[in-house]
Amino acid sequence: MNLQTPLGKVRGLGSAGNGVHHWWVQRLTAVALVPLAVWLLVSLVTLPSLDFVTLVSWIGGTWTACLLTLFVLTASWHSSLGVQVILEDYVHDEGVKTVSLVLSGFIHAVLAALGVFAVLRIAFGSPL
Amino acid sequence: MRARPLSPHMSIYRMTRYCLITSFANRITGGVLSVGLLVFVYWLTALARGARAYARAQEVLGSDLAKLVYVAVIAAFAYHLAAGVRHLIWDTGRGLEKAQSQRSAWLVIAVALVLAVLVLWWALRAREGA
Repeated sequence: MNLQTPLGKVRGLGSAGNGVHHWWVQRLTAVALVPLAVWLLVSLVTLPSLDFVTLVSWIGGTWTACLLTLFVLTASWHSSLGVQVILEDYVHDEGVKTVSLVLSGFIHAVLAALGVFAVLRIAFGSPL
Repeated sequence: MRARPLSPHMSIYRMTRYCLITSFANRITGGVLSVGLLVFVYWLTALARGARAYARAQEVLGSDLAKLVYVAVIAAFAYHLAAGVRHLIWDTGRGLEKAQSQRSAWLVIAVALVLAVLVLWWALRAREGA
């Protein structure tokens, strides 16, 4: 016979600490994006010009390349989580919802890969 | 299986409520920023493919439609940043009383407006002719 109360049972079975994972990563990426996005915006406005040579030499800098890589990864992750919530909330057809969630996840993964690869390619000097 | 009611019930909210507007605007601006990320990665890959590819991409990236996207992204960023900070403060358990959240809703809108106008003005001045 099980003498556990329903509440005790739920507590015992329930939380492995995973329930807040989505929420936590969204906040973590949000906090990281505050300085990263502000830095990016300020850089893009204050750069002397937006021509090819200026941009490539800017991105080639160690700090710029690292921060841009971090920005692309963090922004893709944060965007992926945000779009996921929007799709989950507003797409009511189960089939369409599943397909759009998978598509959104894939597109965000591709964006992250493309962005990181582009930054590294510029930083390691193959264009020009 | 019977269709169950799902949250959020967009049709039963009163759209004039400050709380709904600020929350909904945060989602909309987030969506705009996702589009911005798409454009940003396109820009990066164009740069990575060399000077000629970048020149070709300028036809798209320098178009009037693209300029509209840049303005929208800057405005969306201003709002999403202000509203995001409000959310982070809420997460610490502060500012959740009705009167407080009402005040912070107006504050978010005001900060976002001022920030958007300032940054747009600054960017426009720095990038005149570009």
